[in-house]
Amino acid sequence: MREVALIAFAQTPNRRRELHRNEAEMLAPIVAEVLDQVGLSRRDVGFTCSGSSDFLAGQPFSFVMALDALGAWPPIHESHVEGEAAWALYEAWVKMLCNEGVEVALVYGFGRQSMSSPRDVLTLMNDPYLEAPLRPDAISQAALQARALLDAGLCTERDFAEIAARNLRHAERNPLAQLSGRPDPAELLAAPTIASPLRRHDCPPITDGACAVLLAAGDRARALCKRPAWIRGLAHRIDVQALGRRDLTRSRSARLAAEAAGAIGGRVDVAELHAPFTPQDWILRRELEIPERTVINPSGGIHQGNPMMGTSLVRFGEVAARIIRGEADRGVAHGTQGPCLQQNIVGVLEGE
Amino acid sequence: MAQSQKPVTYIRTPIAVQYDYSVGAGTSIFLRALREGRIVGSRCPDTGKVYVPPRLFSVETASPMSELVELPDRGVVYTYCIVNIKFYEQVLEVPYAYGYVLLDGADLPIMHLIQECPIEAMRPGMRVQAVWKDREEWTESLENIRYFKPTGEPDAPIGRIMEEIRKKSHA
Repeated sequence: MREVALIAFAQTPNRRRELHRNEAEMLAPIVAEVLDQVGLSRRDVGFTCSGSSDFLAGQPFSFVMALDALGAWPPIHESHVEGEAAWALYEAWVKMLCNEGVEVALVYGFGRQSMSSPRDVLTLMNDPYLEAPLRPDAISQAALQARALLDAGLCTERDFAEIAARNLRHAERNPLAQLSGRPDPAELLAAPTIASPLRRHDCPPITDGACAVLLAAGDRARALCKRPAWIRGLAHRIDVQALGRRDLTRSRSARLAAEAAGAIGGRVDVAELHAPFTPQDWILRRELEIPERTVINPSGGIHQGNPMMGTSLVRFGEVAARIIRGEADRGVAHGTQGPCLQQNIVGVLEGE
Repeated sequence: MAQSQKPVTYIRTPIAVQYDYSVGAGTSIFLRALREGRIVGSRCPDTGKVYVPPRLFSVETASPMSELVELPDRGVVYTYCIVNIKFYEQVLEVPYAYGYVLLDGADLPIMHLIQECPIEAMRPGMRVQAVWKDREEWTESLENIRYFKPTGEPDAPIGRIMEEIRKKSHA
């Protein structure tokens, strides 16, 4: 099989509100940055794929407007997923496996959550006839999952607070992070709940931002990058929509994706888990069988920032960047979308 | 069919999402200028093309576009359409025309209504000028221009003009 690697990664600073730049204006500098990292020009990109959501952007075909960032003339070979950009990475990877003509691909994701209320927008993901009219919002749904974990005796609210504290501590070393700090988990537990049992530290920040990665195949990747982050496996799975039909303490789709990607059983130096809510971090570590000594979310994870539709691609970029810099040899990147870890994508990245 | 077997073909589930949109830097320049009754574009450093509304990055080459260009409120009809059928929320009496107007000095036409012109006299190449609302009604909106109307000047060779513009694009 053709080998494909991530060779460059860039992201905007994670901000609560990006008032001054629209999507294309956020993207243009980071697209230029990933190309600069490996000395390519936009003309060298054989395929472009993006992830975004018109519901977040509040405008139709927002991905087409984002193409203004690329200098897309003459017309380019392009595609888009209406969702998290790790799935756009998947599409680009498959494209490169099937099409020898594509040697370099650009993948990006972006979102400005600040323009609407994410709780209002995300509730529209639910069954439009029976659930959405009741407006269950993303935080309440995650709270159902957290409650199920607590009631099953699998973890405690202290476990959740420790996950937040770990992310925030790691984010201190990330200059692009939106949130960071060294909170004592006991202090975090003193805060009021937003949707019991979830507190503010258990929930994702609202972020405006964008990220981009470059993929390259085989020797082209080796020529462009000293240490490409090779994709050893990449797979995605989806659970049923109705939460009532799922065991909320588990994520079958995450486990199946991890198994298919070959993520379970090997050495994992670093893992970036896309867990919008802290209890989901606990579930993912269990389903992906992340070893004890793995460094989890060195970027700060969800507390680093949540540029929704780009957040999952940041996870892949952060793992790849550590391999490219020689800080890690093998890592697992995970992305999710949908209520309570409905859809999951898992990738294994490795240096040579 | 028994009542119990009738398919449910209609339910009402109202959905509303409020957006607090910001248009970004390029479009902000355009809208702020309109508030003052001005039309502004930006010039691509690679092709020389003048884009209106202005963009921060060239749509064709991705280069930063920092040079702003003041444009007149008159130009040439590139192409047009006559609307003959009323549709939802339409406020104008049919038939009416809208078209793409290439402002003098711009390389991209903008869309607007074309009025004060009999439908049968509409044609590409017709020179037109903007009819503005009263100054006190100006906001950050292209609607500050009510419509474009014919100037009565001789027609411009729009086919040749557009051909020259296309030549500016990098292959």
